[in-house]
Amino acid sequence: MQYLDNYLQSKGGYDYTNVKRNELMKAQGFKEIPFTKTGTTIVGVIFDGGVVMAADTRATAGSIVADKNCEKLHPLAPNIWAAGAGTAADLHHQCAHFNAKLKLQRLNLNRQSRVNEVITKLTTKLFPYRGHIGVALIIGGIDSNGPQLASVSPHGNYVYHPFQSMGSGSLAALGILEAKFQDGLTKQQAIDLAIEAIEAGIFHDMGSGSNVDVVAITKEGVDYRRNIRQFNAKSHQKQIPYHFPANNTPALRKYEFNFEKQELSEIGQEMEIIE
Amino acid sequence: MSGIFEYNGGSIVGMKGKNCIAMACDRRFGQQMSTITTNYQKVFKIQDNILLALSGLNSDIHTFYALMEKEINLYNLKENRKMKPTTFANLVASALYERRFGPFFVTPIVAGLENGKPILATYDSIGCKSDLDDFQVGGTGGNYIYGACEAFFKPDLSPEELEEVIGQSLVSGCDRDSLSGWGGVVYVLTEQKLTVKILKTKQT
Repeated sequence: MQYLDNYLQSKGGYDYTNVKRNELMKAQGFKEIPFTKTGTTIVGVIFDGGVVMAADTRATAGSIVADKNCEKLHPLAPNIWAAGAGTAADLHHQCAHFNAKLKLQRLNLNRQSRVNEVITKLTTKLFPYRGHIGVALIIGGIDSNGPQLASVSPHGNYVYHPFQSMGSGSLAALGILEAKFQDGLTKQQAIDLAIEAIEAGIFHDMGSGSNVDVVAITKEGVDYRRNIRQFNAKSHQKQIPYHFPANNTPALRKYEFNFEKQELSEIGQEMEIIE
Repeated sequence: MSGIFEYNGGSIVGMKGKNCIAMACDRRFGQQMSTITTNYQKVFKIQDNILLALSGLNSDIHTFYALMEKEINLYNLKENRKMKPTTFANLVASALYERRFGPFFVTPIVAGLENGKPILATYDSIGCKSDLDDFQVGGTGGNYIYGACEAFFKPDLSPEELEEVIGQSLVSGCDRDSLSGWGGVVYVLTEQKLTVKILKTKQT
């Protein structure tokens, strides 16, 4: 059956060789560590002539903040961006995969990518995986049908609406959006509204925090502002920073590998070596 | 029976300095509460300018390291050139995500120097790459080392200072974790050389 293994290997996609072993370990009682999730508050708002998307920048692993300043806004095409909540690895790799897929399609067809194409491709991919690919996305872009905003859930459901929010902080953000959204906003008003909605998510939700990223997509182009607002910058500096003198930590042995000479030598003279 | 990642224990940490990069790991290899050896290698030199540190289930550490060695050797043979650290960092992310539904129980840290610029990336067990911070931790003692790093770390340290800071962070963190410790090894990588220092801790 060697040829089958080779065929599957060259086909690409997911590798399931460890699944049986992992199931056995789980049955024996071992628990996995939590994957990095993006807790998250993400929002999208349509304005007159384009769409604005905003996200917070905290990534969590269980209750620890794994990344204080991660990027949750991913470009899928020059005119379409995605904001992602859910399992961070899935978001990063799926968005990279779709970015490449859409680029290839644009090269073949010489046509701008459309938002409804992205939604169809995404949902047809996600549905067969029954929600196990944990991506909850807000897709926003501008194409020949005008500005569009949709949200896609991990099971493959999608919804088009002039304003969206997703993630653990979505309810906090939705409160702001429901109260203050109206049709015919200007670009700056939409950006301000999106930032306010993310702010609500950052302060009310434990899974969201740090800074706000914003991207505004119009016919003229894309305006990406990384860390446009920093609510949680370090407010104090260490008064007397730690300073360790050289060779402070005692060592048993010390080696040096020189790259140019490609040789390994043991260093003995400079410091107290305890045998 | 606790978690799969706590079965063998171990901690790793990586830090960026001024045109240099440092990695440190403890030396314990255990099976739950027993300690099997105190000289287990967890940091591997993939290439002259790339270091790979792995923590988690030791059998997967070994398997994943062998897989990465294979990939880089094939790359060198096919492309007839060295792999850049950023390329290797992406390769690790893809290799982990390929096993999304049957993951390797490892949390790697990749450190390298690309044209003198330090590169540092960490991943969860399914390939979520995180490369923005100035230090990264992994393993059972990781959370304790986080605290020590936040206190001791300064940006743009020289190689000698960085060696001290990372050594102290590792030792302070591992002292609070029963599954890590039994020695420490500090690797400092600069353009010219790789320095390996085996630390004397409370129990070596």
